[in-house]
Amino acid sequence: MSKEQKQQTVADDVSLLEGIKRGNSDTLKILYKQFYPMALRFVTHNSGSEDDAKDIFQEAVIALYDRIGQQKLDLKCQLKTFIYSICRNLWLKRLGKKDRYSLNIEDFEDSIPLVNEIEWMEERDKQFFMMEAAMKRLGEPCQSILKDFYIYNMSMQDISDKFGYTSTDNAKTQKYKCLQRLKKLFFN
Amino acid sequence: MRSDQEFLEWADAYLKGELSQREQIEFERYCNDTPYAQTQLEEHRSFLKYLGLYGDRVNLQQKMDAIHAELDMNEIRLSAKPHKPVVVRIWNKYKINSLVAASVALLAVFSTLWLTGYFTNVKDNSSQYSALRRDMNSIARRQNALVKEFNKKNSDGTEKDKGINPSHYGATGFALSSDGYLVTNYHVVDRADSIYVQGNDGQSYKTKVVHMDKSYDIAILQIDDPNFEGLAAIPYTFKKGSSDIGEDVFTIGFPRDEAVYGRGYLSSQSDYAGDTIAYQVSIPVNPGNSGGPLVDNHGNIIGIVKGKQTQADGAAFAIKTKFLLKSLEELADVEGEQIVLNKRNNLGKLNRAEQIKKIQDFVFMVKVY
Repeated sequence: MSKEQKQQTVADDVSLLEGIKRGNSDTLKILYKQFYPMALRFVTHNSGSEDDAKDIFQEAVIALYDRIGQQKLDLKCQLKTFIYSICRNLWLKRLGKKDRYSLNIEDFEDSIPLVNEIEWMEERDKQFFMMEAAMKRLGEPCQSILKDFYIYNMSMQDISDKFGYTSTDNAKTQKYKCLQRLKKLFFN
Repeated sequence: MRSDQEFLEWADAYLKGELSQREQIEFERYCNDTPYAQTQLEEHRSFLKYLGLYGDRVNLQQKMDAIHAELDMNEIRLSAKPHKPVVVRIWNKYKINSLVAASVALLAVFSTLWLTGYFTNVKDNSSQYSALRRDMNSIARRQNALVKEFNKKNSDGTEKDKGINPSHYGATGFALSSDGYLVTNYHVVDRADSIYVQGNDGQSYKTKVVHMDKSYDIAILQIDDPNFEGLAAIPYTFKKGSSDIGEDVFTIGFPRDEAVYGRGYLSSQSDYAGDTIAYQVSIPVNPGNSGGPLVDNHGNIIGIVKGKQTQADGAAFAIKTKFLLKSLEELADVEGEQIVLNKRNNLGKLNRAEQIKKIQDFVFMVKVY
């Protein structure tokens, strides 16, 4: 592999972080291709499956994006080390062996302790799962209406067409009812 | 007053930035004027934040799933495979275990060696080795004065009762002349309160020191006791010249309460430090022998036993008679006391037992208090 090619595939931390901030989808692809093998290797060598590795790695990326989105990422090490450390932490927790067998964990990279990040992630996870549960209980079509409006930023006109409402006002009323129900579900 | 639904639609439009500048100002004014609307807006805003985060995450996950589906898993699997050979991986995995095992083994080995006395043996060997050196400084310290320390316990077994048995040291001395002059070592009578001598017949006499010579380690005593009636004629003579190495010698001394005979030979013309005041004598002597006469085969006194080297075999030392004579001259010069030494030797033709029998009466146990 020539040097130039290497530079193309192995992006440096600065440009990656910049890409994440801008929400560049290519950056995500690069990130995934660059670091997923590392996570796969760690998890599969420590009694995990490929699916476990995927879960763990995606959680780590979500945490990274979340941190950056909230501008709370204070990266004191390489991005690689950061991601590896999160993966390691999550996987050890999932193994339930964190304290007892951590001596026998097979490591491939340096890792750093991540107390703040892990707490943050737990908090975020809680919120996410609450919202997810609320959404599930909300059911269709409410779920899709709210997602389309609030997440995908579709106009009420489009939503009305999509769900076959006779008028936009009907759709708006429906959306309002859905929202009130979701709030109720979420906050209780 | 607007309905909740209307207000939230308005708020949504405001939060999404769909309102014109004029409408925005209108909305803000409405919120400021209506406290209820204000709280509604805040609640809605924070809820939308959660919803937004949820959406972001779902989005991201979908994107990642899409990327994941595109991945060439075979290639990645290959790269994720262990690069290290099996042995290295096994070593990495069991490194800690083997280190613990190794340290336990080491501990076991050394504690066993220690318990079985291996290290003490080693130490003994080294001390034997170092004994082969001639360490002049330490030899000086190792040279023990042959002064016997009396058992300080009295007959009851109680200690420190000096009134009953206050004798501190015991040594040997022998007669110089029939009128009660004796010789012993300076280190025997040094700092003595009072000195008694006890003859072979068991009779004790009080004595006084008439002369001390620290450099020769010689002390001249005189019996100063009303019960003393003089001695018989001295059977031995004093040899003025030096004797030769290899000459047979013997001594009589009091390492215990009974006179003890010891036989040996002259082994050197000087003592451990190369000092020519004394002979080195290979003879068994013990604490209490200090001040004893060293006699040759012909019944000549050739020296006064004074000490031995503790860590060398058969290395005792005796002051040459020449220096005794020098001391006596000094005594005559300074104090004006003339001690006339015997010139006629009666022992020359006797065998050893008879010689000893004759000499015995002139050798005394010196008791120092």
